[in-house]
Amino acid sequence: MKSRDNIWFNLDWFTVTLYLVLVLIGWVNIYTAVYSEEHQSILDMGQRYGKQLVWIIAGIVLAIIVLSVDSKFYAVFAYHFYIATILLLVLVLLFGKEVNGARAWFEFGNIALQPGELGKFATNLAIAKYVSQFDFKIQQTRSYIVLGLLIMIPAMLIIMQNDTGSALVFAVFLLVFYREGLSGMVLFWCFAAAILFILALLWDQFKLLLFLVFVSIAAYGVLRQSFKEAFRGLVIFVLVFGSIWLSDRMFNLGGSPLQLLLIATAIVALVFFIYGIKNHLRPVFRIFLFFIFAIGITMSVNYFYKDVLVAHQRDRIDELLGIRSDLHGAGWNVNQSKIAIGSGGLAGKGFLKGTQTKYNFVPEQSTDFIFCTVGEEWGFLGSTFVVGLFLLLLIRLIHLAERQRSKFSRVYGYGVASILFFHIAINVSMTIGLAPVIGIPLPFFSYGGSSLWAFTILLFIFLRLDASRSENLR
Amino acid sequence: MDIYTKRKYLIIGIFSVVSLIIVVRLFYIQVVDVSYKISASSNVLRRVVNYPARGLIYDRNGKLLVFNQAAYDVLVIPKELKAFDTLGFCQIVGIEKEELVTEIKKAKLYSKFKPTPVVKQLSSQRYAILQEHLFQYPGFYIQARTVRQYPDKVAAHVLGYVGEVDQKKIESNHYYESGDYIGITGIESVYEDFLRGVKGISYMMVDVHNRIKGSFEEGKLDTVALVGKNLVSTLNKDLQNYGERLLRGKIGSIIAIEPETGEILMMASSPSFDPGSFVGREGSKTRIKLMFDPLRPMLNRAISSSYPPGSTFKVANALVGLEEGAIDEFVRFSCNGTASSPIKCTHTHESPLALVSAIRESCNSYFYQAFKAEINHFPTPAEGLEAFRNHLLEIGIGKKIGADLYNETSGSVPIVSYYDKYFGAGHWNAVTIRSLSIGQGELLLTPLQLSNMVSIVANRGYYVSPHLVRSILNFDGSAKVLEFEKHVINASRDKFDLIADGMEKVVESGTARTAAKVDSLIICGKTGTIQNPHGQAHSAFVAFSPKDNPKIAIAVYIEQGVWGARYAAPIASLIIEKYLRKSISAKRKYLEENMLNSDLISTMKIEDGD
Repeated sequence: MKSRDNIWFNLDWFTVTLYLVLVLIGWVNIYTAVYSEEHQSILDMGQRYGKQLVWIIAGIVLAIIVLSVDSKFYAVFAYHFYIATILLLVLVLLFGKEVNGARAWFEFGNIALQPGELGKFATNLAIAKYVSQFDFKIQQTRSYIVLGLLIMIPAMLIIMQNDTGSALVFAVFLLVFYREGLSGMVLFWCFAAAILFILALLWDQFKLLLFLVFVSIAAYGVLRQSFKEAFRGLVIFVLVFGSIWLSDRMFNLGGSPLQLLLIATAIVALVFFIYGIKNHLRPVFRIFLFFIFAIGITMSVNYFYKDVLVAHQRDRIDELLGIRSDLHGAGWNVNQSKIAIGSGGLAGKGFLKGTQTKYNFVPEQSTDFIFCTVGEEWGFLGSTFVVGLFLLLLIRLIHLAERQRSKFSRVYGYGVASILFFHIAINVSMTIGLAPVIGIPLPFFSYGGSSLWAFTILLFIFLRLDASRSENLR
Repeated sequence: MDIYTKRKYLIIGIFSVVSLIIVVRLFYIQVVDVSYKISASSNVLRRVVNYPARGLIYDRNGKLLVFNQAAYDVLVIPKELKAFDTLGFCQIVGIEKEELVTEIKKAKLYSKFKPTPVVKQLSSQRYAILQEHLFQYPGFYIQARTVRQYPDKVAAHVLGYVGEVDQKKIESNHYYESGDYIGITGIESVYEDFLRGVKGISYMMVDVHNRIKGSFEEGKLDTVALVGKNLVSTLNKDLQNYGERLLRGKIGSIIAIEPETGEILMMASSPSFDPGSFVGREGSKTRIKLMFDPLRPMLNRAISSSYPPGSTFKVANALVGLEEGAIDEFVRFSCNGTASSPIKCTHTHESPLALVSAIRESCNSYFYQAFKAEINHFPTPAEGLEAFRNHLLEIGIGKKIGADLYNETSGSVPIVSYYDKYFGAGHWNAVTIRSLSIGQGELLLTPLQLSNMVSIVANRGYYVSPHLVRSILNFDGSAKVLEFEKHVINASRDKFDLIADGMEKVVESGTARTAAKVDSLIICGKTGTIQNPHGQAHSAFVAFSPKDNPKIAIAVYIEQGVWGARYAAPIASLIIEKYLRKSISAKRKYLEENMLNSDLISTMKIEDGD
């Protein structure tokens, strides 16, 4: 059949429609965010919505170009794209222009471009290409190293631009690797590390160590599938800790609670270790590994928090975790953003009726905090609708990825879904105080040509690959 | 299909769970939690800043030095402006139309929705008229502020002034915002944190006409303004006033300290300025004009200028000699008057002479030889100078000594490496650096250090860090009395007594016998005449009184004041008499008249800059 070869016939119009709807809603919200009665026309090029309209049209043209290119082109030139992007990232460090403290922009006359945005789809292409190699097995050390490098190189360059938020996006490729066979334990460790990081900031060392001991004992019970074993462990620990504490009191040794707990933990750990060796118990060693890992994380948190993070990043984390609150300083954005969203109520204030966003209470309202406008003017129903649309898009993308016959297309598809997911989740979460404020845009919504085009290219390359899925077998 | 296909469910699961968490959170803040709601949909928040009154400053006797007066800033919210009678408005607030137009343009550039000041520090009279007519001018608002007022125009340098905070400060300190006032110099700057209080910020809901409809979230986000704390200064206002009058027409400074406590009784620098002239709409212009005045009226010469001390330094030199054992009560040195070598002595007196007479006659030969003995007391001149310098540092010369003084300079005492560089190491000795012995050469002291030096003699061996504020008043009326460090000099009392004897003789029968003698008082003083390559010699005088249980120590330094006893000594003695006797004796009225009316500036050659 002739139509079989026609990409317009094979194109997944469902996703295209979702894309167009999201971009349109995004534009309406930029319009209302900067709207003022004095403005002359919706096509006013001096205003952000006017410019955004131009960028949307250019984005659609870009999408058509992307779709017109032969689908094999992307796989063949994947590494070329990647290397070119890395070069651009190096160049922007040397010759770029600084905006808001991040040296991440090239300026050509009136137009500013952010090569960091290109890094996402270029890296995605390179990863897809590498993973789809004939002899690729993710369990090999070599694979770990190459994949690690593919991610770390652009991420480090973007961190050097002082744009840590955009660099964090690269962590999301773990989901892709998981789909391609990476052990679930890695995801678990990452999750555990994140929880420990937060606990280490919130709790003092005594509480934290006690928590780890109990978790270890519980894990031991689960791994050995024996409640009795766990209970025995607990009793031993309580006895040891109790007697150390008592003797400290009796002889007035003046040890701090943390010191006593450390001694007790060391003794119990030694007992378990010998017991484990004698009985060849694997779970014991796993728990030991976890325990050492956990101690390592908590010890490095302090260093990371004090020496790696800079002041404003620390402030944002403190603000999020409620360690310190300064509504007129670091907490201003999020507080104002929450007020704006919260004031929307169930059904919102209506189109152009938002006051919090319009009257400049929320900084960055048309870029990183665009979701505020959705929340304020369209309420809970509107924001849930938008979140729902995004979720629908993500699930659709997974579905499309799974129907690919070519591994390259599948991996790329997962990459697209994961990158979009990270942006959506973090961006929306930071406006409602669920995530620290890291400046990453909301896909298709946030004002700005670079990010809109980058997401458009990212998505439409996948749609192009999908349109010719019957041809691409590998 | 491959073996990991089923993993898509976990990934879809993660996507779904995160979305669900977000939706639940949205439900909570948008539907459940009412604290984020604003009732009427058209309501807008307005941030209102309540500026607290700045703390007052009193003198040591409770007399007011600075207080506040209400002033009003006119703000504009450009978005709400309608066409209005510009001319009428300009007449009411008293500015030119062009100025108003440019200010409104500036405000528009800053923000269309936020209030921006266009006319600052409107007087209460103009405010009263504007208030009545404000309804005719939508978009304009009035913000109450307080500005500083000075009941007498005294102590400008001590009090300092208040001005708008600069960008650098705004960036380094979160408290300040553009348009806030801050103490820029003097006590206003040093005690800024106490004086300023804490400004309050409240969030008001306003309707479309910007009428206040109530506070937002029941004032949960609001902060309360806290009035600034009042200070009690150590100054004696009457004495300060008298000193400033005596200095009129001269360039120089007076500083008087209560020796026992280190409290600065008065500190005046001339030429001076009216502290109130920086307030109001013309304030910044006046300030800029003064900044470029060649006489530098804004410089506090008592602490921010350093001079060669001349013969007043012999007090310090004598003390070092006694401490090092180079001289004692009885050691005599000979003097050949103007024929003395290598330093001439300009006074005629007996020879050889001992310490007390040497101070009385300000004998250069004696102090040169004493200095030489001090330096040669050590194996090398370098070690000798080092010890000399350490003694000076101990009595507060060559370092900053003030506890709360704005912009104090440390002066300078030359160090060994300076001479090593200049003459070469080992190529200099006591003779090479002899001019130090009579307070000339590379020595530079502030008048504050001079007064502190005599304070130490007055106290017979200690000083308290000189300061300007005695206590901070709490809101309940109690006072937090500030404590200052006491520095004890490691030398026996009889050494100071000996120097005091010499200083007593200076006024009784020595170099200041006609200029500084007050019949009913024992004043211990020391004159100084300092060679000035640019014009007339400078006139300096240091003193304390009474001799026993002294109440005041003073240093006066008059630039191009001809010689020590010509201006500095009479002025110092008048201040002492005024302070201890409350009035000037009839016999000395002519001297007072003479000092009050003499004008050195008009005949002086002024060199630009330095």
